[in-house]
Amino acid sequence: MDELTQTFAIAVNGIGVEAAAGMSVAAALLRAGIPCRTSVSGEPRGPLCGMGICFDCAATVDGEPLSRTCQVVCVPGMEIATQ
Amino acid sequence: MTRVLVVGAGPAGMAAAAVAAESGCAVTLLDENPATGGQIWRGADADAPHQSAHGYEFAKWSRRLTASGAEFCPGSTVVDHPAPFVLRVERAGHWLDLSFERLILATGARERFLPFPGWTLPGIMGAGGLQALVKAGLPIAGKRVVVAGSGPLLLAVAAALARKGAKIEGIFEQASWPRLTRFGLTLAGHPLKLLEAARYRLQTRAAPYKPGWWVTRAIGRDRLQSVVVTNGHAIREIACDYLACGFHLVPNLELPQLLGCRIEAGYVAANEAQQTSVAGVYCAGEPTGIGGLDKALVEGQIAGLIAAGHLGQAAQFKPTQQKLRHFARQLDAAFAPRSELRTLAAADTVVCRCEDVTRAALEHCVTGRAARLHTRCGMGPCQGRICGPATEFLFGWSVPGVRPPLYPARISTLAARPESEAASPGPTQIGASIP
Repeated sequence: MDELTQTFAIAVNGIGVEAAAGMSVAAALLRAGIPCRTSVSGEPRGPLCGMGICFDCAATVDGEPLSRTCQVVCVPGMEIATQ
Repeated sequence: MTRVLVVGAGPAGMAAAAVAAESGCAVTLLDENPATGGQIWRGADADAPHQSAHGYEFAKWSRRLTASGAEFCPGSTVVDHPAPFVLRVERAGHWLDLSFERLILATGARERFLPFPGWTLPGIMGAGGLQALVKAGLPIAGKRVVVAGSGPLLLAVAAALARKGAKIEGIFEQASWPRLTRFGLTLAGHPLKLLEAARYRLQTRAAPYKPGWWVTRAIGRDRLQSVVVTNGHAIREIACDYLACGFHLVPNLELPQLLGCRIEAGYVAANEAQQTSVAGVYCAGEPTGIGGLDKALVEGQIAGLIAAGHLGQAAQFKPTQQKLRHFARQLDAAFAPRSELRTLAAADTVVCRCEDVTRAALEHCVTGRAARLHTRCGMGPCQGRICGPATEFLFGWSVPGVRPPLYPARISTLAARPESEAASPGPTQIGASIP
């Protein structure tokens, strides 16, 4: 995988995922190949619009459900649960 | 002091807020995003303007906005219009009511998405969508990217990604060469736009630019592996890591609709003074016609001046405003989706991504409203923002009216009465400090 600088870890479903300063949660998940959510019929989904409109990147961020992860910046120790 | 509320901190909203505040109004500028700039200036750094396209223009307006004394409230989502001259906003888990005497709507635009088999695979995003993710830290160097769909944004995105080291495998513009040529001729009156297009093409010269080509299918199991493109005769499959695909732009009309602004031919009806059909409510930028940065800045300045009562000063912008509105209509005509795109979605292709409603389920419905009631199409968290423009194109369904809340909101936000002083942090007058 590509090299990041100034990295730290966020927890996604309890597993460490690499993130960097200023990176959105959606970008970190997409980079790691982790779907943001599973659709109502069971399909894996990732970000689509990148600007907070589509909710396809929605996940639980630090206990807040239905967070648009493209609008949330990663901070060290953040806990994400995909939906 | 006239209390002016501006919704949307892209170019139109920044210009409107700065000009109104310079003219002596008490201005509050709201945006959902953490920073000003909107989509076009997303991630731009006012202290390093050379690093982004249009960076100098952003730096100029950013400084002017700060100096104007307008208050900027980031991370603020408008969810309702609970009483006349009041908007309800959710911010950091709390709600607040903002009152205004004049309201300027600068809600911008989003990409139009059209369904094709495989379009829900992770790795497929809007063209602007992928660019926004790259600006938000997604590494793109060395990645194979196919850019497809329609509109001037494709070339701009391809150029931006190429500058970041992406390997652009091709740019597939569904509009035909004859259409693009006609459009190109009309650009003679806009030499700077022609120059900008030429610069973007130069930056993407390593990749083929294919007018009259479109994506028919995306292939992959759990994420994108390749896309199939066609010009109606030849078919090619291209392996890639990402597909950036959007079909020009559609305006964000939800808040204007909620306020009762009249919509004409898909846009907010606004006169020369940017006045909508609702007294005290103005609209500027993409919601009145997709015309890009220049139109947004001109209309934003007009709206700001008119809201402040400076009718004479606003008149100087009229010739440019009319020229740019005409340009917006030409853009729509040039990049209108071709009819072949209606046939891409198969029976089992998802059309509504929130509720996984397939094309087959929608074929039985007569109206968008019937589809909502029978299939839940458009009833998920995005509230039809993505599938609405798609079903309008596929089936000719008009966009249904909007109801509050405009976005998923907390029960406490929805239940609070406009007059309530008890709820935290309570109604706030514009101009007062917001926690």
